[in-house]
Amino acid sequence: MRRWFDDLPKYADDSSWWPNGTTRCRPEVFLFWLGLPLTIMAYFGLSAFLVLFKGLNQTNMNDYFAFGVWIVVDLAVIALGAGAFFTSFLNYIIGKTELKPIVNAAVLIGFICYTGAILMLGIDIGQPIRGWFGFWHANVHSMLTEVMFCITTYAIVLCIELLPSVLDNRRIGKVPEFGTFSHNLHTIMIVFAAAGTFLSFFHQGSLGGMFGVLYARPFAYRGHLGIWPMTFFLFVMSAIAAGPSFTTMVVMITEKITGKRLTSHKVKMLMGKISGWLLLVYMVCKSVDTLYWAFIYLPSKGLSVGQMYQAPYGSWLVWAELGLFGWLPAILLLTPRVRESYGLLFLAMLLNCIGVTLNRFIFTIQSLALPVMPFEKFFSYLPTWQEWGVASLVLGHGLLIFMLAYRYLPIFPQEPELNQR
Amino acid sequence: MVIDVDKCTGCGACSVACMSENNVGVLEDETEKIRSITWLRVYQIDNGKAFPETEVAFFPRPCMHCQGGASGSPGQAFFQEDTDPQEAHTPCVSVCPAIATDYDDATGIVSQITSRCIGCRYCVAACPYHARYFNWYDVPWPQGTPRGLSPFVSPRMRGVVEKCTFCYPRLQRAKNKAFLGGGKVGEMDYQTACTEACPSGAITFGQLQNPAHKVHKLIQSEFAFRLLEKMGTNPKVYYMSKRKWVRMMADNHLSQAKATQAAASGGHK
Repeated sequence: MRRWFDDLPKYADDSSWWPNGTTRCRPEVFLFWLGLPLTIMAYFGLSAFLVLFKGLNQTNMNDYFAFGVWIVVDLAVIALGAGAFFTSFLNYIIGKTELKPIVNAAVLIGFICYTGAILMLGIDIGQPIRGWFGFWHANVHSMLTEVMFCITTYAIVLCIELLPSVLDNRRIGKVPEFGTFSHNLHTIMIVFAAAGTFLSFFHQGSLGGMFGVLYARPFAYRGHLGIWPMTFFLFVMSAIAAGPSFTTMVVMITEKITGKRLTSHKVKMLMGKISGWLLLVYMVCKSVDTLYWAFIYLPSKGLSVGQMYQAPYGSWLVWAELGLFGWLPAILLLTPRVRESYGLLFLAMLLNCIGVTLNRFIFTIQSLALPVMPFEKFFSYLPTWQEWGVASLVLGHGLLIFMLAYRYLPIFPQEPELNQR
Repeated sequence: MVIDVDKCTGCGACSVACMSENNVGVLEDETEKIRSITWLRVYQIDNGKAFPETEVAFFPRPCMHCQGGASGSPGQAFFQEDTDPQEAHTPCVSVCPAIATDYDDATGIVSQITSRCIGCRYCVAACPYHARYFNWYDVPWPQGTPRGLSPFVSPRMRGVVEKCTFCYPRLQRAKNKAFLGGGKVGEMDYQTACTEACPSGAITFGQLQNPAHKVHKLIQSEFAFRLLEKMGTNPKVYYMSKRKWVRMMADNHLSQAKATQAAASGGHK
């Protein structure tokens, strides 16, 4: 006897939406795995609701730790998302077309990082409804104003940069209007790459400037070049050193999960080499800056470098940031043998990315933990589960967007060729 | 403002008067000091020595109303422009993205526009004196108490930053009175609530640059000092003490790095 549901398809066949020449897992498997980002986002949703409804007392931030894990994650993902602007810059403006196979992925990762950061910032401020005051009543002297303007405009640029990938979907691209629009977008992409480079350069710098201008907080303050504190340039350099590494790492992780080759190893090696050279330049500048700060600036304010590092934020942080996660990955990435090995290249890039995250952590948390008045004491801070929930947004929505994009959009142009049987 | 540390007994009357004057509420759990709001907080410090040589002093700490610029000596030009552009601004004012706080050149008061504040807390991070407070909670005003609030100061809502304003509404009222009376605002026409409340007369308030005002004379003293002078914040609040260790406690000194570290570990009382 035929049952009523026998005529229904076993599962919805979405293969006509897959990128040309690729295969993807069965829809029910895909739907099952979508549960992971959706679970993370549900955790985010609950945390965000509590914070918005009950207020920032749901966090462990206080009048000493005015910034917490959200700002650390924000700064870190914006630095790691710098692969988008820098790879676009190298590909479209410098003409390094060898990077073309990875540009789409870089833009997608940048899009995820920036949208996540903006959403998180919206929850981080005490009066989210007044968020637009920063644009309307803008204080041109504030680094944060510059960050707000540049991040939002750059997020729009990233949407535009991502749009051709969406329009190039096999089914969407068949609509003549979309196809033509996408083609035209490709031809003028250099304009957006230039705009993205300009905007990114300034907000990556301003994020560093945010700390470097705090002249009454000796841990963060730095001397300046022109109107910008040294942290402005250091943050730009560390972001463009870590961004390409992060992009490549995400591609490598995707390769391991899907069991497919998505970009040639040559592209990854090139990204590693670019990261390595930039990291080396950054490490030289950062080391000089640290020495100047420790032995010239701090004594001029009556402070010693020993006072800056107290438990639990001890001097191990310096060695970790500059040594293990700084100089070491720089040397590794500049060693051709390391770049040739898939595993070692991944390791070196991972160290690089941890280094930039640690740097953002130190600038945010350590700066605030350090008492300036001699009779104040050193504080430490641990986030609440609600803070982790909101911070996990980037992971949740990042996984969701990346999974959908990988399944339906031609993000990896080399994939069909590299996976021919 | 000049605060004589040697006269301060740490009674806290100034803090209470400030809270009452400025409608600072009491939170449900005030044991969580790290989140409670005290525009004028009284710090207790000691000389770090064992009994019987122990000495204690109190630092009442309102907002310092920093001007930025060069922190010249009182005898010279104490409000001169700084050539260092990074230090030419009030630390918290220059960082606010929405101009919710401003430095008034006429009065030297750093204002806080709580209805403009977006609650980003960048100013809190910028202030080395911890004089800025974020409203982590809505104040649970007990039934009937809102009727007893001062009508001159708006209570603040959750999610904004607030701080000492040198009782700015009092200046506005003094100006109105002077305007109607056809005169000028005199030294005693505008006094802050903490100044009036201090039973030992430790707090003196007036115009630092006006030779006719008492504070102008007081800051010429060799015992006058400010908190964290080396930072270049150029505060409007001066302290006085004849005890050297108290003056030393007001700033960081390399020679005393170890001693201050030891004191800090037992401090924050």
